[in-house]
Amino acid sequence: MFKPLKLTLIAAGVLAFAVAAQAQQKKPYGYGKPATPEQIAGWNIDARGDDGEGLPAGKGDVARGTEVFAEQCAVCHGTFGEGEGRYPKLVGGNGTLTADRPEPTVGSYWPFAVTLWDYINRAMPMPTPHTLSADDVYALTAYVLNLNNLVPDDFVADKTSLPKVKMPNHDNFSWQDPRPDTAAKPCMTKCIDPKDIKIISTAEGTDLTPRTTGPLDTMQPK
Amino acid sequence: MKRDNGRANGALPTRGLSRRKLFRLGSAAAAGALLATAKAGAEEAAPPADNPWSQTMGAGVVDRPYGVPAEGEAGVIRRNVPWLTAGTESSVSFSPLQELNGIITPNGLFFERYHAGRTDVTRDEHRLMIHGLVERPIVLTMDDILRFPSVSRIHFIECPANGGMEWRAAQLNSLQFTHGMISCAEWTGVKLSTLLEEVGLKKNAKWALVEGADGAHMTRSLPLDKCLDDCLIVYGQNGEALRPEQGYPLRLIVPGWEGNVSIKWLRRIKIGDKPWYTREETSKYTDLMPNGKSRGFTWLIDAKSVVTFPCPEKPLRHGPGSYEIRGLAWTGNGKVREVHVSTDGGANWQKAQLHEPVLSKALTRFSMPWQWDGKPALIESRVIDETGYVQPTIGQLRKIRGSNSIYHNNSIQTWQIKQDGSVFDVQTA
Repeated sequence: MFKPLKLTLIAAGVLAFAVAAQAQQKKPYGYGKPATPEQIAGWNIDARGDDGEGLPAGKGDVARGTEVFAEQCAVCHGTFGEGEGRYPKLVGGNGTLTADRPEPTVGSYWPFAVTLWDYINRAMPMPTPHTLSADDVYALTAYVLNLNNLVPDDFVADKTSLPKVKMPNHDNFSWQDPRPDTAAKPCMTKCIDPKDIKIISTAEGTDLTPRTTGPLDTMQPK
Repeated sequence: MKRDNGRANGALPTRGLSRRKLFRLGSAAAAGALLATAKAGAEEAAPPADNPWSQTMGAGVVDRPYGVPAEGEAGVIRRNVPWLTAGTESSVSFSPLQELNGIITPNGLFFERYHAGRTDVTRDEHRLMIHGLVERPIVLTMDDILRFPSVSRIHFIECPANGGMEWRAAQLNSLQFTHGMISCAEWTGVKLSTLLEEVGLKKNAKWALVEGADGAHMTRSLPLDKCLDDCLIVYGQNGEALRPEQGYPLRLIVPGWEGNVSIKWLRRIKIGDKPWYTREETSKYTDLMPNGKSRGFTWLIDAKSVVTFPCPEKPLRHGPGSYEIRGLAWTGNGKVREVHVSTDGGANWQKAQLHEPVLSKALTRFSMPWQWDGKPALIESRVIDETGYVQPTIGQLRKIRGSNSIYHNNSIQTWQIKQDGSVFDVQTA
């Protein structure tokens, strides 16, 4: 009698374990709460670069953009987007992308106009982000595009007009990573004649390196 | 008797003093003087003298309820290049790789990258929303996220602009500044795939938008294949909660991909059918080629390695003789297979020893014994990853990509050793 009982107990144990395991696998877990339409509306701020999906109602023109820019943006970006100090230049640089010192700006580099709306809306102005109305973000977008001669002075930016703005550098982007683009061979001995190895640049004496001991360095370029 | 520790009352150990003198000497350009001072200090502290810290009682438990490094390590800190950016809020700091051991970066030394400054989030008010092309859009609290099955993984994060200042020429005479935008930690959290199964993906779901709660609402697009493969939503970093600098209370980890996509202070994941082409993946984090074309969505961190000793901050202090060359290697493509070291500028190479553990998409340590004859030398390391990819020279990269692409400089680093043991960042051809 003892033996069968033991087997039964084991069998029951296995069964219980199986049930427990099954319970663990039950999905969805159901943690958290459903996102309400109101919650989603509050955070769903993105506007998609290539087709403008997500751009809200509202509009803004170049004239209004000029005012808002002077108040909110010029301190860093300069009155005409020329950039103060090391803050980003927003204008110009056309034809410089193959130059020795390229100047990538909204006009010379950015592939999508809607991205400008999305970025101003999500991140600008840096010290007080998310304080601009949708209309003012449209107006600023219109102003910066106008500074770059990409839209006329009477341009009104809204969710229909903005995705249609053709950016000059749009076609110069590829969205497929071509790497690996080098094919170095792992040579082990006599790979180069040591006499042919030349030092072509050195950081010695460049005076660009902050100190790496003691307190933080505050050096500026000399 | 109350004393903070043996060093607080002016009874500084001689080694500590000499170390401070070293700090004042500053740049590695003064390496010759630096070598001499280090030697003198070491002799002063030698037996038979008893040390001051042996002649007193130390501080008790919980004197420092949360521990801090020894005073003598005060210079081992994240550092920035002040002239590099307009301010510190949209900027980067560098890990002191020259001072680190092993493969784990201590949390206080993990490199920083902000777009709107460090964001100090109140944990209990933080929410993660997942919506878009999903069956069940949800909002999760941190307590909700902790309930999901957890995993821990060791992965590096590297900013793709690491080494970006060296595209044109050797500019920064420092390992910390040429390579310090990489760190590695053990991350604990939930697989992103677990959360995406929880909300149920719709048939046309192909991309995820990931967004931070920082002032910049940092945002990137990620293909769903990667999200479902190995991405993690983490709350733990090296055994404790994430540091605010690394995205407390919740961040994304995208193993092996450029650090920018591992969104910190993660607040929202939106599922869609196309990428969003956000500012951070169009205006920035795209690679300008010499023909004026640009590469976008270049997420992968290609294999890279660097010798961490000797380096400009750590010259050869003991004259000719035996040294152990040490370094770090990593790849976003899985595991490091081999590392080779050259001491003659790449003419001849030897296989270095890899130190366990060798983990996928994590930093890997290597070392190689070296007998220095006291003559000038050019030290380099070269990694081969498990796909067979070989780390290129800067010349090979420039041939294809020019020198204006800012990102993804994974070239071989050359350290020039001078006769006095000092070390300089150079480039060769």
